[in-house]
This record gives sequence, structure tokens and C-alpha cells, in this order.
Amino acid sequence: MTYTLNFAAVWRSFDLLLQGLALSLGLALVAILAGCVIGLITAFGLVSKSVLLRKAAGLYVTIIRNTPILVLVLFSYFALPELGVRLGKIESFVLTLAIYSGAYLAEVFRGGLIAVPPGQREAGLAIGLTEMQIRTSIIIPLMLRNVLPSLGSTMISLFKDTSLAAAIAVPELTFEARKINVETFRVIETWIVASCLYVATCSLLAALMRAVERRLAVPR
Amino acid sequence: MTNLLEIRDLHKRYGTVEVLKGVDCAMRQGEVISIIGSSGSGKTTMLRCINMLEEFQGGTIAIDGQEIGYETAGGVRRRKPEREIARQRAMTGMAFQQFNLFPHMTAAANVMLGLVKVKKMGRDEARTLAEKWLDRVGLLSRKDHYPGQLSGGQQQRVAIARAIAMNPKLMLFDEVTSALDPELVNEVLQVIKALAEDGMSMLIVTHEMRFAYEVSSRVIFMNQGRIGEEGNPREMFLKPQTERLAEFLKTSTFN
Repeated sequence: MTYTLNFAAVWRSFDLLLQGLALSLGLALVAILAGCVIGLITAFGLVSKSVLLRKAAGLYVTIIRNTPILVLVLFSYFALPELGVRLGKIESFVLTLAIYSGAYLAEVFRGGLIAVPPGQREAGLAIGLTEMQIRTSIIIPLMLRNVLPSLGSTMISLFKDTSLAAAIAVPELTFEARKINVETFRVIETWIVASCLYVATCSLLAALMRAVERRLAVPR
Repeated sequence: MTNLLEIRDLHKRYGTVEVLKGVDCAMRQGEVISIIGSSGSGKTTMLRCINMLEEFQGGTIAIDGQEIGYETAGGVRRRKPEREIARQRAMTGMAFQQFNLFPHMTAAANVMLGLVKVKKMGRDEARTLAEKWLDRVGLLSRKDHYPGQLSGGQQQRVAIARAIAMNPKLMLFDEVTSALDPELVNEVLQVIKALAEDGMSMLIVTHEMRFAYEVSSRVIFMNQGRIGEEGNPREMFLKPQTERLAEFLKTSTFN
């Protein structure tokens, strides 16, 4: 084996990779934000007193978490139009990742919710707060602090899942890398650079989450 | 004059277990009533019914003539709307055995929360009031500390300030010293005593017999879901009328 690494061709297309990365980040950002909202609502459903809400939330989580995300991506892009729901590639993928994130984040949030002692709610009730005020001022802030470590790793996972958008030709990082690979035949170099971009971005994300964790830590 | 608190034939069940079997109690403005009794006698449950932390299946509770938690229309008893119940809960203040301070908020923020969210006070006004009450419980210098940075006794005093700052008509104390190290009990009892001297109406569930004896205008002895005996502390503690109470007092420590 006397393969000599030559990155010149990859560097020439580097801005394409960066554009791809930017799109990956955009997809992840929108999907995860929407997923947080879905996940929060679902988590409250999972711990609700109402059997109906618990079952509905549980069904959603079960179906989505037990289907491979690639299948969900292909389903919403290829099967939904057959059912009359026509979405663009990007919209379809963001929607899928949001729904997928929602199911995972719901489980993360649920764990954080049940770790908040019931006395916190009772103390809120005792001073006359409504259930909704208790949620926003007490339960959710405490839940978030409980889940920050696992929230970080879930978010990194979800960010990496944006690479599956390549399957429906969304021009994100993996799709662009594959294009460069085909055009330049620099297989090893292309995928090394693409991988490095993923690693760097995820490390940054992890550092960011740790900073948030430190920032929100309750002094003791 | 209507009583501050009027409990009539209060019944409470957990599933099929009846824990309150018809409790009647009337309390006037400014009274300090201690509720004593062995664990499982229903004293904490009774307290928690008054601010609707527990539902109850029969009887009525009224504060200042206002029926708490339920309304009966056309013979049907219904739970009042949650918003109404939240408003009624603010008529009472409660301090808990486990303090239940909000751990992500400073002492001052703990006291301010209800003032801002329930009383709709401006933040500056709320802060001034919070500091006044923290000062009253001797913790003004700790206002920017978080609960995790305070001792148990200090946390309980902040919790009492949080409840009192809401200007409740009636304070409910639920075994507020039971979770404290013995050397921290006194600082909390001193705060409650000072409130009693100010004329605050209080219902105190406690195992501190000496304290109940000293601070109460009346003592209620709960026994198996009913009021076993009640009267002024001197008579209750020195000349118990029932065997149950005599027995209970024998097993209690006075210190």
C-alpha cells in the first residue's frame, strides 16, 4: 500500500463542506428546538394523572423510538406524499427529526420530572400558585437542571442524525462529502475531513452544554 | 362574629382507609392551637385538608365564613375551580416538615415568588417586603444565599418567612422541627413564638410538647381520626381526662 494522502482536491471544495455543515446545524437547531417543545408536552403527558394522556403520550414515544430514524425519514419523504402530504426535502426532514427528537427528549424530560420532589409542588400550591405557574417557575427549572447532562448527549446524537438527510438528497454535510468523494475520487481524504468537521462541531456542542450546566448549577 | 376557621364533620379517606372520621373544630382570630397525637392519628392530614393539599370526602371547612375547596349546588358536591382553590390557598400559609424551599432560588427569591406571581406585586416592592420578613426571622444577611448553603434551621426560618410574607389569615405548621438536628430546633420555635406574640392565628402540628404547652392557647389531641380531647394546655397536660391522652403524654418527652 503506497497511498499518498492528498487533501488538495478536498480543500478546493472545502467551502461546500462548510455550507453543508451550516445546513446540518440549521436542521438540527430547528428540529431540536421543536423537539424540546414536543418532548416537554409529551413528558407532562407521560406523568399525567389522566390515563388517556399517559396512554397517548406513551404510544407516541413507543412508536417513534422503536422505528429506525432512516425509516421515518424515508417514510415522510416518500410515503407521505402518497397520503396527500407534500413537503419539500428540507421541511420533510426537519419535521421528521423534530418528531423523532420529541420522543427521545420526552423520555429524558420525564426522568427529570419524576426526580423533582413532590414537596416542591406542594410548597408552590401552599403559597397560592396555580399548577401552570408551578410548572414554569419551579418544576421545569428544576427538571432542566436534573437532565442537563443527558440532554447534552441526546442533542449531540440528534445533531449527528442530520447526516441521514443525505438519504433524501438534502445538501447537508454528509451529502456534500459524498458528492466531493464522487467528483474527486479522494475517498479517504474526503471522509477524514467530513468526520473531523462532525467531531469538532460535537465537541463544541458538548463544551457549550457543560458551560450551561455550570452556569445553572445550584450553589451549595 | 364568625370564626376564623370552622371545620364541621370532616371526613377523609385514602381508598377504603378512613383517616379522619368526623372532626369538628372552631378557631377564633388570634388563637394558637397545637395539635398533638401519635403518628397516624390524622393530625397532619387534617392540616393538609385546610389548604386543600388533600381532598376530603365529607364535611366542610370554612375560613372567614368562606367554604374551602368544595361547593354544594342542588345537593351535588363539587370541587371548586382550580383558580378559585389557588386563591383560597393563599388565605393560609404553610410551613412543612421538609422545608420545601425552592433550591434554585435565593432566600429572597423564595419569599418573593408568591408576592410577585400571586399578589402581583412589583419586584421592588416584593423585594422590600421579602427583606423585611427575612430580617424578622433573623436572616437578612443570608438573603442572597441558596437553600443548599443554609442550615436546616435557617431553611425552615426562610420557609416561614416565605409563608408569612403572603400575609395569610392563618398559619399552618406541619411538624416543622421534626427534620431538624436538636440544636437547631430552638431557633425555629423562637420564630413561631414571636409570631404568636404578634397575634398571628396558628395551627401547629407538633411533637414538641414543651413548646405546645408554652405557646398554645388551646391544645387538640387527635386520636384515631377523631379529636380525642381538647382544652387549655395546662389542664390537658396536667390533668388529662382520657386514658388515651394520659398514655400518649406518658410516652412523650418534655424537653
